Amino acid sequence: MNSGIITNLWLIPAVPCAASLAILSLSNARRKSAAVLAVIGQVFALGMSIFAFLPTLQTNSFRAVQNFTWFTFGDQALRLGFVLDPLAAAMLVMISLVGLCIFIFSIGYMAGDKNFVRFFAYLSFFSGAMLGLVLANSLLLLFIFWELVGLASYLLIGFWIERPSAAAAAKKAFITTRIGDMGFFLGMLWLYKRSGTLLFYDGGSGCLESAGLATLRASATFIALLIFCGAMGKSGQFPLHVWLPDAMEGPTPVSALIHAATMVAAGVFLVARVYPLFSLGGINGVTSSLTVVVWIGVTTALMAALIAIAQADIKRILAYSTVSQLGLMMVSLGVGGVAAGIMHLLAHGFFKALLFLGSGSVIHGCQGEHDIRKMGGLRRLMPVTFVTYAVGMMALSGVPFFFSGAWTKEEILRATEHWPRSHAPYFLMLAGVVLTALYMTRQIIYVFFGNSRVASERAHESPRVMTMPLIALAVCAIFFSVVLTPAWPWLHAYLRGEPAQFDVARLIQPMVFVSLVLVGAGIGLGIWVYRKAGAQDRQRSAEIDPLEYAQPALFRFLANKMWIDELYGRTVITFSWAAARLSDWMDRYFWDGLVRGFGAVGRVFAMLTTSVDEHGINAGVDETTAGTRGLGRLMSKAHSGQIQTYLAALAVGMLALLLLYAWLG
Amino acid sequence: MNGAAFIVISILTLAAALAAATLRKLMHAALSFAVAFVGIAAFFFLLGAEFVGLALVFIYIGAVAVLIVFTILLTRRDIEKDRGFNWSGVIIAVAVFCGLTWAILKTASLSIVAPHIRALTVKRIGEALMTSYVWPLQCIGLLLTAALIGALVLAMEEKR
Amino acid sequence: MTPTLQIFLIVSAALFSIGLLAALSRRHAIFILIGIEMMLAAANLNFIAFWRFAPKPHQPPVGVMLALFSIAISAAEAAVGLAMVIVAYRHYRTTNVDQLDQLKG
Repeated sequence: MNSGIITNLWLIPAVPCAASLAILSLSNARRKSAAVLAVIGQVFALGMSIFAFLPTLQTNSFRAVQNFTWFTFGDQALRLGFVLDPLAAAMLVMISLVGLCIFIFSIGYMAGDKNFVRFFAYLSFFSGAMLGLVLANSLLLLFIFWELVGLASYLLIGFWIERPSAAAAAKKAFITTRIGDMGFFLGMLWLYKRSGTLLFYDGGSGCLESAGLATLRASATFIALLIFCGAMGKSGQFPLHVWLPDAMEGPTPVSALIHAATMVAAGVFLVARVYPLFSLGGINGVTSSLTVVVWIGVTTALMAALIAIAQADIKRILAYSTVSQLGLMMVSLGVGGVAAGIMHLLAHGFFKALLFLGSGSVIHGCQGEHDIRKMGGLRRLMPVTFVTYAVGMMALSGVPFFFSGAWTKEEILRATEHWPRSHAPYFLMLAGVVLTALYMTRQIIYVFFGNSRVASERAHESPRVMTMPLIALAVCAIFFSVVLTPAWPWLHAYLRGEPAQFDVARLIQPMVFVSLVLVGAGIGLGIWVYRKAGAQDRQRSAEIDPLEYAQPALFRFLANKMWIDELYGRTVITFSWAAARLSDWMDRYFWDGLVRGFGAVGRVFAMLTTSVDEHGINAGVDETTAGTRGLGRLMSKAHSGQIQTYLAALAVGMLALLLLYAWLG
Repeated sequence: MNGAAFIVISILTLAAALAAATLRKLMHAALSFAVAFVGIAAFFFLLGAEFVGLALVFIYIGAVAVLIVFTILLTRRDIEKDRGFNWSGVIIAVAVFCGLTWAILKTASLSIVAPHIRALTVKRIGEALMTSYVWPLQCIGLLLTAALIGALVLAMEEKR
Repeated sequence: MTPTLQIFLIVSAALFSIGLLAALSRRHAIFILIGIEMMLAAANLNFIAFWRFAPKPHQPPVGVMLALFSIAISAAEAAVGLAMVIVAYRHYRTTNVDQLDQLKG
């Protein structure tokens, strides 16, 4: 069975993609078939993922590789392949499970949409592309799926194409990630030039194995940084994070899929996958490329957490929290805690999907309202949503012991603490923990506590098809903590390829108390600051945020996303606009002039040749034809059609021959 | 070889030929044509090629002359009209005759008397036809068949 | 007097010229055919004469053979030619060669 699943790894991405194609061929009215097809494809992917997961449990550091030749040019063969190792297997299960929950939730959420069928086709395609990305054993294959994920995200963010803002957001997401992808592509080319292979693992000669790495040496840093550009784009790291909050324009399940399972996870996954490139030649696990990763991560995490505090859109808050968490994961990878980073990615996948679906449920209940200041009191109206949302919130904030996010966050903090180069990231991360707890508390208070406001008065609980995935994900978010506890660090060991040992003593560590204190401080601060916000007048929306009241300038700075978009607008976009104008001008006057000049020269030459042609060659030909025709006319006169004339001519000819003979002798 | 016979045959042949060429009535011309060919056959006998002479009589007088008569009869309606005579043809013919005669007389090697030869038997002709000339014979057979079919197809009444 | 080859050839030339006269001067298609037959006969007469007057007679008799084949071919020609005259008459209602001038250029 083991070898069976390994040779058939390609089926895992192929089946959802095939389902997507099948759904695309359906008519718009076949809603039920579309949903069923998509869910069946996803269930199949989940089943296969679990089958693929099982053999990886049996041995430590399991790794199975299935390579094949794509095409051959000259004596070079371009080979692609699939790899199954703990990293891929864990990601597979998480993606397909979270994806399945999101698919089922979408059936309820998108029930009223006229493009229901198209939506499920894209969703399946998105999921299939991401599963393929995880399984790729070649940087090229990974890149192919990477771009497919980008395409799917473009299609889904811009799903409501009739909205100009959605179209703009889709374009922004596509173009911003493309900037990173260019770096990725350059890195890939460089890597291929140096090592001659793009396969990760190839029986010792892959580019991530010692023989392949030995060929890189000094260039590894640059290759790693170029590849990291791609990861920055995909995972929304500063300065390429701007697309991620705008991606909220898509339907909420899409946001859930992008933020939890598929799109943004790809960047972190990529760094983890090519980690040997980053850590090559490091002392104590510190290299210049990893340092860059750490600082980018720290900047992103703090900045996004700060911005999240001042946002009013329920989904934007979550979006910035995703950016922040991704920064955290990058920090973890950068300081050497690969397993911790991936664990956090997995845990984050569950609870962020839960939060997004919960927010989707809230939006659905409030007739499409996104503004948290217009909500309130939903605790009573939407109890299931409230409970599951609270679970997600506590997991995200990192409340210890029972919620998955807590353990992984502590792992990351522990790894950061021991980073030899600097302690600054550690303290900044601690501040980030407080901020996370603060903005989540703010959101919960605004949405679920206090009096009902404008949008939440007629709110209702969502149908079962939407609440069931919420409950399932909430249960996952809690139970996932079991495999994450330091007492039995099974997942950690699994990812690192070590056997796990059970030790209750590790449950009580200083980090737990630090975490407890910080999270408590964050939540307490939140409750204190926003205590009045929930109790505001039921008719009036809470226009003035307490923070805005206290620090209006700071709040405006944060609410406007630190004016980064405006900065880009003034700099990058102005520059590109100017460049476009310049190119336009150049094109219009310079190049066009050149082209016209060449055209004129050509025309003069053509005139010359025409006259030569007409007066020289043509006249000659004309003369010849006229002569031939005249001769023909003359000759045809001789053809009287009279047989006897011809006969007479024959006789005369004979006579002439005779006379000639006589004359000659 | 008999000189008197030669003169008689020559006069007969040329007179009949001239009649065939100039007589106004077509039927008379056709009959003169037959007489002229009798004269030619007589020449062949005189020259010792009896088989060829006989073949000439059979073919020309027996077949071609009859064909001509038939054709005349089939196109009778048109025949009776007088068409006149093209005198330029006479000039050319006389010129050709003069030229040929001058060339023949000029060539001295032609003024020879016939040698004595063994009689040409039909057996020898038959042997030659069936041995050295078997391929030309076959080709002639094919040609005659083709001419037969072609003449039939041409002359057949078209269906409307 | 014994006739020489020259005499035979002159008679043959006369016959040829008479045939040519018939072919050129008469406006009737059948006369043209008659003239052509006469010219062919003159040629046959030449074949036989040259055979007979050859200093060493050939074995097989080439002149005789040629004359035989020539007669066969002229017979075929006569058959086809006369058939064409009939067709032309049927088509144009005339055998006047002056009016059969479709080949006029």
